[in-house]
Amino acid sequence: MERPLTGRMHDDGRPVGFDEYRRAGGYEAARRALTEMEPSAVTELVQEAGLKGRGGAGFNTGLKWSFVPTGDDAPRPRYLVCNADEMEPGTFKDRLLIEGDPHQLIEGMIVAARAIGAEVGYVFLRWAYRKCERRLREALAEAREAGWLGEDLQGSGFDLDIHVHVSAGRYMSGEETGLLNALEGGRAVPRSKPPYPQQSGLWGKPTVVNNVETLCNVPHIVRNGAEWYQGLSRAESGGTKLFGASGRVRRPGLWELPLGTPIREVLEEHAGGMREGYRFRGLLPGGGSTDFLVDEHLDLPLDFGPVQEAGSRLGTGTMIVLDDRTCPVGMVHNLETFFAQESCGWCTPCREGLAWVRDLLGALEEGHGHADDLELLSTHCDFLGPGNTFCALAPGAAEPLKSALQYFGDDFRRHVDEQRCPWKEA
Amino acid sequence: MRIHVDGRVHEVEGDGRNLLEVCLSLGYDLPYFCWHPAMDSVGACRQCAVKQFRDEDDTQGRIVMACMTGVEDDMYVSIDDDEARRFRAHVVEWLMVNHPHDCPVCDEGGECHLQDMTVMTGHSVRRHRFAKRTYANQDLGPLIRHEMNRCIQCYRCVRFYQDLAGGTDLQALAAHDHVYFGRHDDGTLESVFSGNLVEVCPTGVFTDKPLASHYTRKWDLRTAPSVCPHCSLGCNVTPGERHGELRRIRNRYHHDVNGYFLCDRGRYGYGFVDSDRRVREALAPRGEDTPAQRLDPADAVRRVAGFLDGDRPVAGIGSARASLESNLALRRLVGGERFHAGTEDVLHACARRAVELLRGPVRAASLADQREADAVLVLGEDLVNTAPLSALSLRRAAERRPREEAIASGIPVWHDAALREQMQDRHGPFHQLTPFGNELDAIATTARHAPPLQLARLGFAVAHALDDDEPAVDGLTDDERSLVGTIADDLVAAENPVVVSGASCAEPAVQEAAARIAYALGRRHERPAGLSLVQPEADSVGLALTGAKPLAALLDSMEAGEVGTLIVLESDLGRHVPADRLRRALEGLDHLVVVDHTAHGTGLRADVVLPAATWAESTGTFVSSEGRAQRFVQVFPPAGTTRASWRWFADVGRGLGRGDLDFTAVDDVLEAAGDLPHAEELHDLGAPVPADERVPRALHRYSGRTALAADRDVREFPPPADPDAPRSFSMEGFAPDAPAAATPEVWSPGWNSVQALNRFQEEVGGPLRGGETGRRILRPDDGGTPDPIRIPDASNDEDSTAGLIVLRRWRLFGSEELSAGSAPIEDRADVPTLDLASSDAERRGIEEGTEVEFGIDGARSTLRARIDPTLPTGTVALPVHAPDLPPPAAWPARLRIGPGGEGS
Repeated sequence: MERPLTGRMHDDGRPVGFDEYRRAGGYEAARRALTEMEPSAVTELVQEAGLKGRGGAGFNTGLKWSFVPTGDDAPRPRYLVCNADEMEPGTFKDRLLIEGDPHQLIEGMIVAARAIGAEVGYVFLRWAYRKCERRLREALAEAREAGWLGEDLQGSGFDLDIHVHVSAGRYMSGEETGLLNALEGGRAVPRSKPPYPQQSGLWGKPTVVNNVETLCNVPHIVRNGAEWYQGLSRAESGGTKLFGASGRVRRPGLWELPLGTPIREVLEEHAGGMREGYRFRGLLPGGGSTDFLVDEHLDLPLDFGPVQEAGSRLGTGTMIVLDDRTCPVGMVHNLETFFAQESCGWCTPCREGLAWVRDLLGALEEGHGHADDLELLSTHCDFLGPGNTFCALAPGAAEPLKSALQYFGDDFRRHVDEQRCPWKEA
Repeated sequence: MRIHVDGRVHEVEGDGRNLLEVCLSLGYDLPYFCWHPAMDSVGACRQCAVKQFRDEDDTQGRIVMACMTGVEDDMYVSIDDDEARRFRAHVVEWLMVNHPHDCPVCDEGGECHLQDMTVMTGHSVRRHRFAKRTYANQDLGPLIRHEMNRCIQCYRCVRFYQDLAGGTDLQALAAHDHVYFGRHDDGTLESVFSGNLVEVCPTGVFTDKPLASHYTRKWDLRTAPSVCPHCSLGCNVTPGERHGELRRIRNRYHHDVNGYFLCDRGRYGYGFVDSDRRVREALAPRGEDTPAQRLDPADAVRRVAGFLDGDRPVAGIGSARASLESNLALRRLVGGERFHAGTEDVLHACARRAVELLRGPVRAASLADQREADAVLVLGEDLVNTAPLSALSLRRAAERRPREEAIASGIPVWHDAALREQMQDRHGPFHQLTPFGNELDAIATTARHAPPLQLARLGFAVAHALDDDEPAVDGLTDDERSLVGTIADDLVAAENPVVVSGASCAEPAVQEAAARIAYALGRRHERPAGLSLVQPEADSVGLALTGAKPLAALLDSMEAGEVGTLIVLESDLGRHVPADRLRRALEGLDHLVVVDHTAHGTGLRADVVLPAATWAESTGTFVSSEGRAQRFVQVFPPAGTTRASWRWFADVGRGLGRGDLDFTAVDDVLEAAGDLPHAEELHDLGAPVPADERVPRALHRYSGRTALAADRDVREFPPPADPDAPRSFSMEGFAPDAPAAATPEVWSPGWNSVQALNRFQEEVGGPLRGGETGRRILRPDDGGTPDPIRIPDASNDEDSTAGLIVLRRWRLFGSEELSAGSAPIEDRADVPTLDLASSDAERRGIEEGTEVEFGIDGARSTLRARIDPTLPTGTVALPVHAPDLPPPAAWPARLRIGPGGEGS
């Protein structure tokens, strides 16, 4: 099984250095993109490969790039922003990619920047990722030294520099427009789309925001072609994906697997199944802001389409497993506390609604639940839907709650009926 | 285009409008918070949700925010849709989660947009049972009270404060359900437009602090349409009175003038009306130490008539802060040849010349024109301090070019956040050539500071660059020539250029140069440039139009004993004339009569002082610097024998048996205005109220009328009649057919806040229904092109041995006579300073705050130094009309620093 993203990484946690990366064929894709291919051909190739955004939304990356206005009268400068603000609960895949193989990301950014004609790149990095920052800065210096960044890259006439911006640390900074506002030095509040960042992004200029993992896929596509990339996958969407599992499984971790790998295979073969004495009850397939899947979904292939059809989202592909000795209400309360805290406060439903949800769940957990609280929670789920709120934060926050009410409704009702959390010691 | 709203079909103008403003214009009740007609849409509050359907057959539809949805032809929407209704009710329920529900003790109660919207959505039962979040409030200074617990986070305050007014010290802070709108630390809000927060805030977070000190509810106020008396722009205001005391000023919308906003001087300057310095009865003063003798009004009038009934010549001094009618009545009483202006000569000369210039081949730029401008030249005028609403309007102008580019890139006109993202901090052409810097420097493409004569010369050079027929200016440096070229190019390239200047540098050549630029542009363009010439006071232009003679000439003849009796209308001459000269002149008189509402030094020397009504207590006309004659309507009857100044003159006239002064209503006085341009139109200034209708000054909810004085007398006396206007001083009266402009307070069923204005406009943000009021009586081409003046020589400026060139610094808070007596304005006024250029201060070893002794023409004073890095070397700026700082005897003045004035 090919593991293009993680195959070169060292088990002892050392990063892949510049020379090592070069020896493994690194920067060949960048060279090809800079000197042999038209920018539009790069975009077409990536589009054809079917690379879908790995940050959670799953939008075709090449298609996203194609919306950037090009041509002589197109606005300049243009920007490429790498979203490395990884704040999704349960998600740590981008960290692995940056820490383990920073040049892979840099090369991906060079190719992407070439495709959209961006002369400046930013890596918007989660504040807590200190090691990532260090390694990334070292790698950027190496790349610059070797002529892969700066002016006239490898004699191609193309200029690119990449800056690392360490975020102040808000979940909202991971939303692409909130990220752009934060990068401009403003409040991390989202922007209303349209206009999309490709038209009016960073400082009002055409901008593409891509996730770390997305960009890391790009060099491999350019090097090996779309067909190869499609062939990596066991499903409709191309490529491999980093899948993770956390919770009471035997071997929590992160694995690069073909897209379309069934959930059961990830859980049982890679995560080693449930820990002794714990029974599986459900999982959030792609981070905290996705809907629960339960037993009946375990044979689903982990790909964007099938997971969506099952009522959830592939999201970041890093699943959080709920076991029978953990209170589902408590788990959702924990998540909603996070989302309420991370609401930027721009729109009313998210700012006030999530805080209310948090308090309602807290009351259930404390044994103060009211009979009509469940209906009120359900109303919140409906009214925090897409379109009602300004951005996707609150709809995402509503997903685990809505599905928990669906699959674990009896547990919620027991909290009310017994006026206590049944999972807590009496 | 056509839109379908709940099955009804409406023909609407699309034109890039959003669904919310269209629905409001159509009269639908659709609740909203974050949208504001002057600030457009950001989509934050989610309150204006409606259902949009794909087409006629779509029954599902989807929720959209009306403010973030452009109107399209043949679109189907529903406001009534059940899901949309339930969502809107839920949004209010969310907003009320943390709201303190303290309406009974909240100053906003009864005129609160949040109350209105809550009722409109039907939310009434609270389901939230957890603790409310609370905030610490801040002391924001003397004008604004802060109560953050009431906040619903609509973000309007910071959007107004930062985006429109250019302020930086009010910010959105923190996040999630703890967003805080305030300053980093307690302290007075820096913006001179902070008072607008009271009206912009949809609830009681920012409330009117001076109002709180004598609080009354909106429905207990008597109000009338009025005009601000505190500068020459003529912003429309709504003063409110209760118990004979003025309680507050609110903005009154005028589409072409102030729009939605006021400056803080206009909003908080009214304290002079209830000042303890008010003259409340006719008096015969007996010097400073002895109380004045009270006079029976009839006796006072007899005495004044007696002074006039002799052989000795009589003269009158008119006032730039009095109504046009009072000036006209005095002019008629004393005769036009003996009617002089109670204003420093140079300023009066500027105003008179401005009248000629604005009747030349150019249009006077209204504030609306200034908001619409796409290239700006400010020549000589410190607008932030002399005409703040002009500064606010020009901020909008500076955004026009980048805004239009952003719109051209496909962003809807209402999509404010997206437009601003595209605009970044780019600005259109904005050239500011002023003696020293102000807040507008930050948005100016060039900000150049020089003494007035040099500014005038640069201005004339721009005119020459635009049109060779304008005389050339010699001796410019390369740098100056390049600046002149840039300015000329920018003005020519613009669609709607405006040139803004005025009298505040007291150098007539400055506004002359501005006019020449506008004329030259007019010859280059099909549309001439707009020209704005700011004057110092509310009726400076009105006084100029009366042809009042200069003050100095009168002082000379007074000193020579050639004047028997002098009547001074609403002027404290000590503000305009050096003390010695004034004393000598007054000593030459037989009798001095002062008619004013406020006691001052001139009044102390009078034989008779007659108590004048303030603008709030009388009806009259101010002519703005734009040449717009506007009627201010009496808000409440003054106490006792106080009356409009012109009524005293009419009484004196009757005492003298003068039939030509037998005025009984304010419109009668306009008979004396025959020589004014378009005088016949002055009779139609107010909103026309149908003959059988009467506009009440009190709202129908006015309370306590029969109980107010019940401790003294249980009888209810009829309110006085109003001879000047078809209005009642009570809640009686009904005027369903009167135009919106006649209505002092906007109110409509379900709309108790200032947002009710939507119901009074032809369309949201447009002119008032039934037409705007006021007449422009200075019109293009009425007077031909005034002859050019000779271009002044500025070489004297270079003579550094004569001392430092004195520049006038008009202070928004403190330099204007009436507002300076208002407590909140006094609180906001800076301590007067002697402002020095950095280089001059350094050379003399003077630091910020150093006490500096200085002399002008031998007169010694001491002030603390302030270093102003924008001041040109060789100049100092002195505050205009600062307490204890007499004006220089002659202009242009030079100042020497150091004891005895030996230094330079």
